[in-house]
Amino acid sequence: MYLWLIPILPFLGFLINGLFGRRMSKSMVNLFAIGSVTLSFLWTVKTLVGLSPLETKYIEHYYTWIQSGTLNISVDFAVDRLTAVMLMVVTGVGLLIHIYSIGYMAHEDGYYRFFSYLNLFMFFMLVLVLAENFLVLFVGWEGVGLCSYLLIGYYFLERFATNAGNKAFIVNRIGDFGFSLAIFLIVRQFGSLDFTRVFDTAQPMPTETSVGILTTICLLLLLGATGKSAQIPLYVWLPDAMAGPTPVSALIHAATMVTAGVYMTARSATLFTHAPIAMDTVAVIGLATAFFAATIGLAQTDIKKVFAYSTVSQLGYMFLGAGVGAFSAGIFHLMTHAFFKALLFLGAGSVIHALSGEQDLRNMGGLRKYTPITFLTLMCAGLAISGIPPFAGFFSKDEILAAAYVRAPWMYWVGALTAAMTAFYVFRALFLAFFGEYRGHHHPHESPAVMTGPLVVLALLSAGGGFINVPRWLEPMFPVKPEAGNEWLMYVSIAAGVIGIGLAYAFYIASPGMADRFAASVGGLYRLVYNKYFVDEIYDTTVVKPVVQGSRIFLWRGIDAGFIDGIVNGVGTRSRGVGNILRLLQSGNIRNYAAWVVLGSVLLLLAIGFGGTAR
Amino acid sequence: MTLLDVVIFLPLVAFLIILVLPKENVNAIRMFSLGASTAVFLLSLGLIGPYWFTTQGKFVFERDIPWIDSPAIRYHVAIDGISLWLVILTTLLTPICVLVSWRSIDRRVKEFFAFLLLLEFGLVGVFCALDLFLFFVFWEISLVPMYFLIGVWGHERRIYAAVKFFLYTMAGSALMLVAIIYLYNQSGTFDYVKILAGLQNRSIALAYPEQFLLFLAFFAAFAIKVPLFPLHTWLPDAHVEAPTAGSVMLASVMLKMGTYGLLRFCVPMFPAVARNSAGWISTLAIIGIIYGALVAMVQPNMKKLVAYSSVSHLGFVVLGIFSFTQQGFDGAVYQMLNHGVSTGALFILVGFMYERRHSLEIADYGGVATPAPKLSTAFMITMLASIGLPMLNNFIGEYLVLQGVSIVNFRYAVFAAIGVILSACYMLWLYQRLFFGPATEDLTHHMPDLNLREYAVIVPMIVLMLWMGTFTQSFIPPISASNAVALGPIDARREVHVRTVPFHEPGARQTRELADAR
Repeated sequence: MYLWLIPILPFLGFLINGLFGRRMSKSMVNLFAIGSVTLSFLWTVKTLVGLSPLETKYIEHYYTWIQSGTLNISVDFAVDRLTAVMLMVVTGVGLLIHIYSIGYMAHEDGYYRFFSYLNLFMFFMLVLVLAENFLVLFVGWEGVGLCSYLLIGYYFLERFATNAGNKAFIVNRIGDFGFSLAIFLIVRQFGSLDFTRVFDTAQPMPTETSVGILTTICLLLLLGATGKSAQIPLYVWLPDAMAGPTPVSALIHAATMVTAGVYMTARSATLFTHAPIAMDTVAVIGLATAFFAATIGLAQTDIKKVFAYSTVSQLGYMFLGAGVGAFSAGIFHLMTHAFFKALLFLGAGSVIHALSGEQDLRNMGGLRKYTPITFLTLMCAGLAISGIPPFAGFFSKDEILAAAYVRAPWMYWVGALTAAMTAFYVFRALFLAFFGEYRGHHHPHESPAVMTGPLVVLALLSAGGGFINVPRWLEPMFPVKPEAGNEWLMYVSIAAGVIGIGLAYAFYIASPGMADRFAASVGGLYRLVYNKYFVDEIYDTTVVKPVVQGSRIFLWRGIDAGFIDGIVNGVGTRSRGVGNILRLLQSGNIRNYAAWVVLGSVLLLLAIGFGGTAR
Repeated sequence: MTLLDVVIFLPLVAFLIILVLPKENVNAIRMFSLGASTAVFLLSLGLIGPYWFTTQGKFVFERDIPWIDSPAIRYHVAIDGISLWLVILTTLLTPICVLVSWRSIDRRVKEFFAFLLLLEFGLVGVFCALDLFLFFVFWEISLVPMYFLIGVWGHERRIYAAVKFFLYTMAGSALMLVAIIYLYNQSGTFDYVKILAGLQNRSIALAYPEQFLLFLAFFAAFAIKVPLFPLHTWLPDAHVEAPTAGSVMLASVMLKMGTYGLLRFCVPMFPAVARNSAGWISTLAIIGIIYGALVAMVQPNMKKLVAYSSVSHLGFVVLGIFSFTQQGFDGAVYQMLNHGVSTGALFILVGFMYERRHSLEIADYGGVATPAPKLSTAFMITMLASIGLPMLNNFIGEYLVLQGVSIVNFRYAVFAAIGVILSACYMLWLYQRLFFGPATEDLTHHMPDLNLREYAVIVPMIVLMLWMGTFTQSFIPPISASNAVALGPIDARREVHVRTVPFHEPGARQTRELADAR
């Protein structure tokens, strides 16, 4: 089926635009950038139709990548039902965002550079989801991280942008540290990195009740996932990543790359289900992140920051789903989230575009009159993320919460509370942007059709995407557990969404001054949340500064220049002395060497003598 | 006369010819050096031949003739899969260094290129010599031209750096010479193959303390050269003061003399000592990995930063060797080549920037990406290779080393992997400070983009990085075969169950069970 065509097409787009884009017109750049992704999307559809119903995994072997001793790692691609979902999301949403970018990036410098990076991202993301072993997955994993770094730092003249890029890369490296250790242990345990082989060997192994090898592997994989998917404790890079252009935030930092951790967890489900301790850790981290990020989202004033924390929070839901064993619900939410969160970001981008770069909610307002399409589509996304039926988010979130209730009722209640907060902060942002009176100084205008078109498509998907029965489709891979049968759970989670929206309405439309009064009444707490619990500052003081200062003062100046060169001091001063003497000699270099030859010969003779006596 | 003889001696012939060329005609000297070194490179590619068909890990192109009768010193040279690529790395980098020095070396041009070719002669010889005395001769020959490259064409503190380099290395080689002569006294030969066989079949009987001291003597010489923490302080000074070509040859090839020596001589001759010393040596290697990275992070000077990063990268090589696993050995050799390509390219790019701005201080740059986007792109790819991004070369070496180490001692792998995090820190920070941000008027004025000659230098390096990262089977099989031979008697793994299992694609490939560790 030539699976390799799916990632290679965007790679060709990257090569052409990267090498020759500077000299090409924008429409030529568009042709290669959009054309390649379109072809990739079409080839994905053709492949999936051809392979349907895809009851077993389809594998293609290309070549041996690394062979050392008994370790054989090949470049293999495979498609199963899980990959199929991911492929459709990545190429579908990716294509829409590429099209949208034509309009959004029209006035930016380095147009070709943007699209070549975006194409490169598509290549690595598709490698990630098509990979049939952990190391090829890791290629995609690191590659998407690279593209994320390049695109966050796209405005490289700005220090905050390049700082954010570095932060994203380095924090992800900490996660990758865990991932790579997991890879080493998998080879040690299973002698292979091929998914089929590892999971088939793991399947009959007993479930670990204490921390054994599988639990260790899973916890290390989880560390990798917390980096890529912005979970506690490594979520700090994602809000800063909003320094990149908004389509990047939509594609990489909302719809696709950040979900790679969830995908990887679901892919390794066989390992995780054998390690209940790791599963619980996944669930708790997911839930804690969902809740914690939602609280931060309540108080942000930058529209992209609100949605960034929302992404962190929603990814937390996906991990909660995976952690309580509802992998298919997690993937389901991954898909619906890709629709509505990409829409939220693209809509935000449309607003920012309309306001010539303004991102602060306090300088917006009343925009529904100026940008009606953006307004309507964003309302769809808002209802979807708030879990209002029949919008897409309702179905997937409900599946996760129902599964969480089966695992532990308190998880359900925290999740429902988070759902209410989610509805509140999303509608807070929407009400502040679109209702009331316009508070800024620009001349808002609706975006061109090339941008609103993708918004409309995504709005339709956000509205109707919940009827795509992903859990059913994934059932052969992840058996659905029997339902708890508690109808009221569903009503509670709907109520949570409605209450959240209602509160936002009350605070920001019914009586606009109420929010400020409330914030003032809980001043300390508000400042804590507004400043994101000072987590960045804590990391900076406890980790970054001590490492840098310690390296400079203690390691470099102290040990290297002071201690070691101090021990070599005798030799050091003498050599400086030799140097000074030699500098006095006009043609000293040759004589200098002659001196060394003599010294060497003496040493040689001494050595022969020593050797002789030793015998 | 074998092809290997030609590859070894052609640089010496070229060196002698340059000596008789008139020194006024600098362009002729440059052209001749480029032609000669390119010819050596093309000829050395012919060495690859036999390995595509016979991957048995044996020595080929062997030549063993008497050189000095008494004591019996022989011209015994040959290559196996380990030395093959190191020879080719040397012959590849020499013409590249000629091109790099084309304009930047403008005084004593004749001597410079003569020394460069003499250096090539010494380095190629080191990787081919199978007679311990011959090895020592080549080892010392390579030292001389490098000393002059630093001392004559270097920067302000060149004499200090050159002498420090010389003294450090001499201290080590003196010990090695003692050990070589001791071995000669015990065995009556300098021939490595005979000595190794004698040690293995116990016809040369050495008590354990003797073996230990001999191991230490060899080890000291090689560890200084690597350089292994804490014997590394000569390296940053030598790099900072050396001209670009000197830095490239030093980092890319000369440091590998140390790791090559460990793998070729130290470990096979004294396997018991090596196994027993693995603990503290691995610890030093890991300290070097983390320490080198941390100190690199806070350097204000580009070349010092890259020099300390070499300390970190070479730590991986030593760690891989002392894991005594196939993956560790393969990774170590591959990492030698990878480091040669990627760090060589880093020094070349730093050199390009120095030629434009005449400063190595990071603070004197900033915003280079705006006036010189192609240079920035080349630097970006090289940086990514250096920090071990998959699909580029260093990743493969680091992965194999850490995989091998983790099979024997997972804790080592955990600590060493921290170095991978830190490498991203210092390189990305460097890149940000050099290339991002707004460019000053003055910098823009002095920062033209790459010219044709510079393209000719850097593009092959980048192609190699991609090739070595993506299609490792073009390179690893001969390395693997030779390592398997070297590893045979000292493998860390107990082969518990090695069985062949048919895999999900019948006929497409067979995967063998990796033996259970420990």
